[in-house]
Amino acid sequence: MKTITAALSGLLFGIGLIIAGMTDPVRIKAFLDVAGEWNPALALVMASAIAVAAPAFALARRRPRALLGDAIQLPDRRRIDGRLILGAAVFGLGWGLGGLCPGPSLVLLSNGGLSPFIFVVAMAAGMGIVELTKRSSA
Amino acid sequence: MEAVIHAIAGGALIGIAAAGLLLINGRVAGISGIFAGALRPAATPWNLAFIGGLVAAGILARLAGFAAIPDTHLEPPLILAAAGLLVGIGTRIGNGCTSGHGVCGLSNLSPRSLVATLVFMAVAGLTVFIARHVV
Repeated sequence: MKTITAALSGLLFGIGLIIAGMTDPVRIKAFLDVAGEWNPALALVMASAIAVAAPAFALARRRPRALLGDAIQLPDRRRIDGRLILGAAVFGLGWGLGGLCPGPSLVLLSNGGLSPFIFVVAMAAGMGIVELTKRSSA
Repeated sequence: MEAVIHAIAGGALIGIAAAGLLLINGRVAGISGIFAGALRPAATPWNLAFIGGLVAAGILARLAGFAAIPDTHLEPPLILAAAGLLVGIGTRIGNGCTSGHGVCGLSNLSPRSLVATLVFMAVAGLTVFIARHVV
């Protein structure tokens, strides 16, 4: 059951990205390019998503368990350290360079052509590098 | 106007997907984290299923007649490889991307995610500015 609901959530998330036009790197860059012809769509998409999800998070903070019985796992909200800033900055550099973040890149795998695969494989490699350094330093 | 409606409707679907995963499965819809989990040898089925759903959304859209994103909208392979590598490294070090920190973290009123979102948006904006207006 958890597998089915997770698949449905992924599917819905992907359809939302497509309808909102957020799988198009040109639109993402038009949002990021404040000095050009700024396209505010991404901000609108985020605001709309947050307006819908925020009540669910408010509810989740008061409930110990999810509907299917698992404990609700909410990430730490307070820790602001060098790792967070460094990671966000490196991610921002890659996002600005390619106009792709993880969600849209996975939706684009069926777009035809090799380009999305190159991005996703490189992303997996980058994640693997961090996991390996974490393990060797632990 | 149509773009505004699409942005709001698409955003609402993303919000419903995140709310559903949280309240039904008890998990945060942070795509970089879920994808990293799906890559591990001990990947849990729900990680793989969520990523499968994302990929399936693209396939369904194509079957339903949604136009593909033109290849010219994507950067050349070498840039995409570098961008992908940086996105992979950065999201693991910073524990999240646009979905985890941007959508879910802000929905959860998390100061940590607010800082992450401001940093990655500012750096991404600066990157596009330099690539377009300076280089």
